[in-house]
Amino acid sequence: MSILVDKNTRLLVQGITGKSGGFHAKSCMDYGTHVVAGVTPGRGGETFESKVPVYDTVMEARTQTGCNATMIFVPPPGAADSILEAIDAGIELVVCITEGIPVIDMMRVKAALQKSSSRLIGPNCPGIITPGACKIGIMPGYIHNPGKVGVVSRSGTLTYEAVWQLSSRGHGQSTCVGIGGDPINGTSHLDVVKMFNDDPNTEAFIMIGEIGGSAEEEAAEWIGKNCKKPVAGFIAGATAPPGRRMGHAGAIVSGGQGTAQGKIEALQAAGIEVAATPADMADALLRRIKRG
Amino acid sequence: MNIHEYQAKELLDKYGVANSSGGVASTPEEAEKIATSLAGKNLVVKAQVHAGGRGKGSFKNGFKGGVHLCKTPAEARDLASKMLGQTLVTHQTGEAGRLVSKVLVAESVEIEKELYIAMLIDRATSAPVVVASTEGGMDIEAVAEKTPEKIHHIAIDPLLGLQPYQSRKLAKLLGIPAALLKPACALFENLYRLFIACDCSMVEVNPLVITKSGDIRALDAKFNFDDNALFRHPDILAYRDITEEDPREVEASKSNLNYIGLDGNIACLVNGAGLAMATMDIIKHCGGEPANFLDVGGGANEQQVTEAFKILISDKKVKAILVNIFGGIMKCDIIAQGIINASKAVSLPIPLVVRLEGTNVDAGRKLLAESGLELTTATDIADAAKKVVAAAA
Repeated sequence: MSILVDKNTRLLVQGITGKSGGFHAKSCMDYGTHVVAGVTPGRGGETFESKVPVYDTVMEARTQTGCNATMIFVPPPGAADSILEAIDAGIELVVCITEGIPVIDMMRVKAALQKSSSRLIGPNCPGIITPGACKIGIMPGYIHNPGKVGVVSRSGTLTYEAVWQLSSRGHGQSTCVGIGGDPINGTSHLDVVKMFNDDPNTEAFIMIGEIGGSAEEEAAEWIGKNCKKPVAGFIAGATAPPGRRMGHAGAIVSGGQGTAQGKIEALQAAGIEVAATPADMADALLRRIKRG
Repeated sequence: MNIHEYQAKELLDKYGVANSSGGVASTPEEAEKIATSLAGKNLVVKAQVHAGGRGKGSFKNGFKGGVHLCKTPAEARDLASKMLGQTLVTHQTGEAGRLVSKVLVAESVEIEKELYIAMLIDRATSAPVVVASTEGGMDIEAVAEKTPEKIHHIAIDPLLGLQPYQSRKLAKLLGIPAALLKPACALFENLYRLFIACDCSMVEVNPLVITKSGDIRALDAKFNFDDNALFRHPDILAYRDITEEDPREVEASKSNLNYIGLDGNIACLVNGAGLAMATMDIIKHCGGEPANFLDVGGGANEQQVTEAFKILISDKKVKAILVNIFGGIMKCDIIAQGIINASKAVSLPIPLVVRLEGTNVDAGRKLLAESGLELTTATDIADAAKKVVAAAA
């Protein structure tokens, strides 16, 4: 067991003939992910790596291959449209890697998502991995090991950092979910936290956040009231100047809202062991587990 | 991206949002001409810089105040001549001040009542929200803190947009008299049209005024644009004024690097925004001060890494450099080659601490070891932070 993706995931790649789409589709295949189809409008009929059929539309790919997840590498001007196309075709899990989608486009996508049964991970995210079973995204597969610790994060490289610390201390991961650094995303910290809480294969998890918004506070409040599993957290951006967008579109402190200090206090109030530095994430979880 | 007041006025005009009449001048003669076209009206001449506090600022030539009232075209010309080409220092500019190359000459209206209205995208609901208050002309954050009941929020359905009944509701919340209901609603609707059409992340009108002559006008408007959407707004991108920006950031943006200048003395070069922020945090935690935020991103090439390095070295405050890379898409050997190239191009005058992990890490470490560069390697992020803080001390 794991959350969202496993051995049965049948993956479509939208933008499979592009440079990074192709590169990462291949790396997912090498990891063992079942990549069953690709979509690039106008390139239908071709094959990728001489075995994956390419279609013009997501609906065709869905009908022909029964794909139940998609990984999107379409550049920002067309990315929101690609998500909407995947939702329309009824794809259950939509993982959008694309960075730089306009907020207003995502606002409309979000409205469409709420009327559908699809789940969106991202955009502007590294993707999702269940080690040893399925990798959908751009993370380096080899740092992960199968195990029982979940990781959820807005940042790609901080997720790798946490996974690396866990793996080098002998702890594998159940599933690692990068929810993305944009102000409007498909899946929140809280959504993933609830899934980890319900997943029998996840025994503890790390929640990584950063400045901006209030998603970490909302997840922390729920954890404090409902979560039965040990949780460690880390919040990046304590030294970020207010009013400046720190790389991620969503990482900004404005009007005194979304500060690292406020988030750290919310996590601590919920009984989450907060890592003092990014080097302390795995150890913080081990301390939390020991505390019982 | 920030824009000038006169550019904001152009946008308001373009979308039919009532504001004060006037124009922008680059010479005293132009200022006089605009003032003449506003014949008989009270005038205001305002220095155009991005920084706030212009009214209370002073010029390096001794002239006081970047905002002045006057009555005649001759006076407008004289005021413009004292501001144009001069450097204005305000509490937001720092000692260096900002060069004034344009002034706005506008009608100075007599104010009956000052109101506040803003539109922004609310992250919590993933939808636009209108924020309105009867307490215009003041610091809205202070109003929100002291008298939260005076701040009103109206949620907008992202698929429907601002509806006419919501505009009327807004007008009532703001106490706008019946005679001004129609022009007020037109102003709100046009402002919303501008907000969506220009991909703003926020537009703030403060103050929105009712004038003594019975008009409603957006007297001052601030815009924040969604950087991700600028690709479809070449007209707004053309408003960018690089003389108002940190030169280090301008240089970085030319190479598509995500760089934000800070005041410390430890430069950092990191991949990924989250790890870049966390690296700044751990430097501070170890007693150092970061000189910058720099995310080279996942797809950076050797050339970009070289440029990034040059920018870090060019900052005279910097006493040590920390490279912290966890290679995912970014390959460690690319970073290593970028460092080697940069140090060939510009000699490295300060200590360099490098921590590499992830994709192609062995190739990266080998390149650095064989390069003969003087550098300190670190085993993990904590070790790297300690070493760089010690090196900068």
